[in-house]
Amino acid sequence: MQRARAHVLISVNEEALLAGAREVGLALNAALEREGLRDEVKVIETGDVGVAGRGVVLVVYPDGVRYGRVTCDDAAEIVREHLLKGRPVERLRLAATPTKTSVVSRRQARVVLENCGVIDPDSLDEAIASGAYEAMAKLLEARTPPADVTAEVKRSGLRGRGGAGFPTGLKWSFTAPGDVKYIVCNADEGEPGTFKDRLILEGDPHRLIEGMMIAGYAVGAAKGYIYVRGEYGLSIRRLQKAIGDARAAGLLGEHLLDSEFSFDIEIKRGAGAYVCGEETSLIESIEGKRGNPRIKPPYPGAVGLWGKPTVVNNVETLANVPPIVLRGAQWFRGFGTQTSPGTKVYTILGHVQNPGLIEVEMGTPLRTILDEYGGGVRDGKRFKAALLGGAAGAVIGERGLDVPMDFDSPKEYAAVLGSGAILVLDESASIVDLLHGILCFFRHESCGQCAPCRGGTAALVELSERIRSGRGTPRDLERLLSIAKTMQAASLCPLGQSPILPVKTAIDTFRGEFEARLVEFAA
Amino acid sequence: MRELMEKYPPSMESLLDILHELQDAEPQHYLTRDALRAVAEYLDVALSDVVSTATFYSMFSLTPRGRHIVRICVSPPCQLVGAESLLEILCAELGIATGGTTGDGAFTLETTSCLGVCGVAPAMMVDNELYGNLTKEKVVRVIADVRRSDAAS
Repeated sequence: MQRARAHVLISVNEEALLAGAREVGLALNAALEREGLRDEVKVIETGDVGVAGRGVVLVVYPDGVRYGRVTCDDAAEIVREHLLKGRPVERLRLAATPTKTSVVSRRQARVVLENCGVIDPDSLDEAIASGAYEAMAKLLEARTPPADVTAEVKRSGLRGRGGAGFPTGLKWSFTAPGDVKYIVCNADEGEPGTFKDRLILEGDPHRLIEGMMIAGYAVGAAKGYIYVRGEYGLSIRRLQKAIGDARAAGLLGEHLLDSEFSFDIEIKRGAGAYVCGEETSLIESIEGKRGNPRIKPPYPGAVGLWGKPTVVNNVETLANVPPIVLRGAQWFRGFGTQTSPGTKVYTILGHVQNPGLIEVEMGTPLRTILDEYGGGVRDGKRFKAALLGGAAGAVIGERGLDVPMDFDSPKEYAAVLGSGAILVLDESASIVDLLHGILCFFRHESCGQCAPCRGGTAALVELSERIRSGRGTPRDLERLLSIAKTMQAASLCPLGQSPILPVKTAIDTFRGEFEARLVEFAA
Repeated sequence: MRELMEKYPPSMESLLDILHELQDAEPQHYLTRDALRAVAEYLDVALSDVVSTATFYSMFSLTPRGRHIVRICVSPPCQLVGAESLLEILCAELGIATGGTTGDGAFTLETTSCLGVCGVAPAMMVDNELYGNLTKEKVVRVIADVRRSDAAS
């Protein structure tokens, strides 16, 4: 094979596709053909490169130049100017602030996303060339006792990246004994403002597959399910391709890699229900039922899918497993903090200069993420607040910007860290309206099974609407808090237990803004 | 219908997959009474089990919908950048309220929770196509484009 002189990575995810990434790819190849560069320059489709809201994004290596909002005509110009004559097209280059400074530091913290935006997610060969299935092969070759794998994950200190950070190794070790067990990957990413798991699925599906295999090996499960949001079309297609390729190569199925170990994976497509992100609802949904949460305990580790011991892990959690097995717990502990080792993937959105996907070490304060990676608040406006963690999240004001974000930070941060959604609001945004939007979301998504949540979510919207429209009294504000508190105590699952977080943090931090809308104050 | 169902083993765990298949195959994007009955028979479960699951998930409908389903995201990240006013524009443009279907059976307008493409908020989906960075003009243009391609076919 001839070695290419340069590579053009084209970021293909849902966003890029709707901006015309396919067409730009074709135009690039056509232009390379025209200029006789077809053998010298290779165009590679890859996952997310960490830039959102910039249309079709290209990265030209070895220079590392990033282009945004590339059209088909621009593609021809890039080929002519940059690849033929060696002059980057300045007009299309992405602003230097986020890309230049952070690429270096960001690279260093890339564990989960190390291949995203670098390899072609549809190619098993490229995945293997960058280390996929090496960890699994190592375990099988050395005939490592499964308990040692769980012990290593425990030592690494890895904590669940879906919610509040339960230690992963501990979860694995709690799995009850039994002949039939299941590994379930929770890819039902529904927290508004987060899409980190989608970009992992779209960018490096083989890493997830390997993570699940290792989990299966560790706990003694032969079957895995990936439950993906029904809306994630591209993720489902990429996963199907990846699973098919892995099966064909003997990496999944009976006696994989000619060992004693068998493991296979099935994809389950969701159908639009936020509550199915809760592990027991998700299990009910895989079984073909309504996604009503189960009463815990028993936990899925004891009684899970079809009553069998089941491990439910989030996409990002499982994506952390192969490098831990390959490079060891000590290596992993080199990132992050003592009690929350490793990195965290965030999506930063809203009123920021550079919305996108980032991976940073655990413990990085919000201010660093906002300024260094998000490029600060857009249009020169002032920072007002950030909604951290989606709807079931916390409203953080200026004062909260310097708190290190890890699972041991003040509770309101810790509980919501997993989803990784950071929605930034500038001074023009209304916290009262933001909270109202959140409460409407909960009312819509409450599954209706338990009364505190069913009635509570409706009552919260009613109260918030009254306050928002200037008809509220100070008592309504207190009632908002007390209903949310009751729901937290009495609801069956985290959905009903969550509204207290946004309600309390919004009112505590911006009480004045709420009071200004009340009847007495308005008059 | 039978053929679509038989792609999946006749057990309850296939229910969601089968419902997706049948709904996608129906031009009016809904689950007909006949379909629900056939599924119950194929899986050998009570009709109420099938209906109970089908009515739980927002992606399934038991009433006929338009040939095209417009779903605009109303979650906080989209709301923050103007989804609410876009919903009004869509209602006006289509002449229907949220949840309604146009008289000619062309469009059904729905709201949806986060579509997971917040990087290009505000966003909407028309059938299986995603549209992001929406403005008033773009929303109107997308609808016009769908109408035009409908008229052409």
